[in-house]
Amino acid sequence: MNLTLKVWRQKNAKAKGELVSYQADHVSPDMSFLEMLDVVNEGLIKKGDDPIHFDHDCREGICGSCSLHINGRPHGPKQGITTCQLHMRSFNDKDTIVIEPWRAEGFPVIKDLSTDRSAFDRIQVAGGFISVNTGGAPDANVIPIPKVVADEAFNSATCIGCGACVAACKNASAMLFVSAKVSQLALLPQGQPERYRRVQAMVAQMDAEGFGSCTNTGACEAECPKEISITNIARMNRDYFTAKLLKSEE
Amino acid sequence: MKLDAKIPQGPLAEKWSKHKFNLKLVNPANKRKYTVIVVGTGLAGSSAAASLAQLGYNVKAFCFQDSPRRAHSIAAQGGINGAKNYQNDGDSVYRLFYDTIKGGDYRSREGNVYRLAEVSVNIIDQCVAQGVPFAREYGGLLDNRSFGGSQVSRTFYARGQTGQQLLLGAYSSLNRQINLGKVKMFTRHEMMDVVTIDGEAKGIVTRDLISGAIETHSAHAVLLCTGGYGNVFYLSTNAMGCNVTAAWKAHKRGAYFANPCFTQIHPTCIPVTGEHQSKLTLMSESLRNDGRVWAPKTKELAEKIRKGELKASELKEDDRDYFLERKYPAFGNLVPRDVASRNAKEIVDEGRGVGTSGIAVYLDFAESISRLGEDAVRAKYGNLFDMYKQITDENPYKQPMRIYPAVHYTMGGLWVDYNLQTTVKGLYCLGEANFSEHGANRLGASALMQGLADGYFVIPYTLGDYLATIGPKEIEANHPAFEETKKNVVDRINKLLSLKGNKTVSEYHRELGHIMWEYCGMARTEEGLIKAKGLIRELKEDFWKNAIVTGINEEFNQNLENAGRVADFIELGELMVDDALDRKESCGGHFRLESQTPEGEALRDDDNYAYVAAWQYNGDNQPESLHKEELVFENVKLTQRSYK
Repeated sequence: MNLTLKVWRQKNAKAKGELVSYQADHVSPDMSFLEMLDVVNEGLIKKGDDPIHFDHDCREGICGSCSLHINGRPHGPKQGITTCQLHMRSFNDKDTIVIEPWRAEGFPVIKDLSTDRSAFDRIQVAGGFISVNTGGAPDANVIPIPKVVADEAFNSATCIGCGACVAACKNASAMLFVSAKVSQLALLPQGQPERYRRVQAMVAQMDAEGFGSCTNTGACEAECPKEISITNIARMNRDYFTAKLLKSEE
Repeated sequence: MKLDAKIPQGPLAEKWSKHKFNLKLVNPANKRKYTVIVVGTGLAGSSAAASLAQLGYNVKAFCFQDSPRRAHSIAAQGGINGAKNYQNDGDSVYRLFYDTIKGGDYRSREGNVYRLAEVSVNIIDQCVAQGVPFAREYGGLLDNRSFGGSQVSRTFYARGQTGQQLLLGAYSSLNRQINLGKVKMFTRHEMMDVVTIDGEAKGIVTRDLISGAIETHSAHAVLLCTGGYGNVFYLSTNAMGCNVTAAWKAHKRGAYFANPCFTQIHPTCIPVTGEHQSKLTLMSESLRNDGRVWAPKTKELAEKIRKGELKASELKEDDRDYFLERKYPAFGNLVPRDVASRNAKEIVDEGRGVGTSGIAVYLDFAESISRLGEDAVRAKYGNLFDMYKQITDENPYKQPMRIYPAVHYTMGGLWVDYNLQTTVKGLYCLGEANFSEHGANRLGASALMQGLADGYFVIPYTLGDYLATIGPKEIEANHPAFEETKKNVVDRINKLLSLKGNKTVSEYHRELGHIMWEYCGMARTEEGLIKAKGLIRELKEDFWKNAIVTGINEEFNQNLENAGRVADFIELGELMVDDALDRKESCGGHFRLESQTPEGEALRDDDNYAYVAAWQYNGDNQPESLHKEELVFENVKLTQRSYK
């Protein structure tokens, strides 16, 4: 396949960016999307040009490093996968593909397609944990947890923190991400002691990072590569309101 | 220097308890006067940083990823072993110890492995308390499954994403300590060198990957939790960023490198499709419970399949060779990883491989599907089948999967004693980066166990002993050693940036990978290894003349990052070949063609090779010195493995 790429190039956080066209020829349909970019980069390096920078690591859809807005959609045209799992057979010969970074105030561009997603870490630092010391844990089977509850917590816990939900949302809201993290621990008995303190701390940090509000358009759920359910947002809102009503510090 | 593993005296089951009592403690009020550096935030690094901070030490943690939670532990699929015996099926700490030491083909230390089995039960408790959503039964208690190399069900799991869930647990503990101000986290920072003063580790030099700033950080001790070096083969199941640089720099500063040639080749991975391929994807070994491995009986039939003139499903039963079932009737498709891998390679070498490249064999579920029904197979392996289809565009319910072995894990690493201290005082090494617990072959579901054992339950005790010995005196951050080391780092970066040749860094990396895979992979010969050594030397020389490195240091420069890592891989490659040359026996995942039984099976040589090979760096282009740590077996009897 021969393709035309329009790629967002931006030297650094302060520089002005623009879309630059590249030709990607002799692309094999078996290549992954990122391997196609690797080949383009090899060509750029050979010419002494700066390669296109993008974040990536595991290339099997679990680390959450890769991002990319491909033809206007986070992680490209296919449902339920990350960009690193997208293969070129999903495109046609002579296609033009527009590749941009995540666009959100909370995710400033670092260079080209790479963005700073450390806001997600700060939200989790604010309260995304159970305060348990190493060594003092009771036997793992002391608290039985119904299978349905464990499975539901697991479904929330599969979030990879890639930020596609934010990128998909017209408000750049981080509610799906935050609510998945809140839900995992709110569902489990171990998470109860800090349940209300946690949700307040994480939501406060989320707001401080400049993410927008949720207006229930559902784009986040539609574009999430791990298909995290929007039900998590309802659960987080309920916990947040409960916390406020109870005026609970805990 | 004589290697002292510092294994405590006394009965196996009492060693760790006695040792813990004998270790010195740091007064609680003094702990805040110490700073500890932790490099790497996978399972070992995150758990160590969180646990040490909780004790009261000041921790500085570093990772090259943009978030500590993206370390490659996140990608582990299968599970984590724990000797809980929740299934009442005869498991015990001793049995886990025995399975692990036997699985490692008797090339690990009894004392270390026993301790690992002993603390495995605490790990499961710890993770559950953090909110790790392990799989559960309807009664609400934890579920287990069985894994290769054992006859009991002791593997805890969270669907096919156990590593992700365990890492998120450790990361949450790390976050709690960041929140409390006890851990200072540095993301997108790469460790470039270790700073030593009078032979003891006192800090590191890092590069900020965004600004390019070269910084020095001082501490009372440095912990390397930087993972394995499987990417020396270019293609592996590792993440793209996994590298040996931190461990290699430590090696050059005096830390011995142990058993570098011990690598694990996993038999069931999705095969390479072309030169553009950047990484390989694992298909869980659990598939071999229901899949049958086969290849066409003749070269001619294989040729027809490769050309697309014949479909695998059209091949008559008589024309198929179920080679594992034929050669190993007792174990069949469930032979250990090393045996399955080696046999697949033999088939391909004979010209009987399938797929367009001819570098694959089949893993066929047709028989299981007709016996159990497609739905039952989907319920067991649905996510793996989907993943396979996603990558290959083939439907494994209709056509057999094509599989081929791939590099997956490295058992070798920095030599450490029982306290996880390297041969450099104050420099510790945890997790896959060290060499200690898996011998010559790691069992499934043991890597996660070791990473967390080291971080949660070993280092918090053993590090205190060293810190109490050196005392809480402030580290001289102005000591000339910091500036000198920093200057070396800057010089090397400048040297890399001066390379304006005609070959990309990735091209060198691919070539190195070809050499390592061909001559230092699954099967090795003296002749091939000698040839490889020459090829690597030529490659190294060529790299420093003709590589292209673009851009400048003072920017986000992924090409420069990669260049530094590949340069280190090339040097490591040569050491791996030296180690493989020295070890003239076959053992674990490492098969020397000169050392086999009349039936063609791996022949271990306990009389001559029951040692850990620890290599000492002697300067650029100088041969390294080999130090042998003899392995002492007082509790287990060494036997030759047979799977017939």
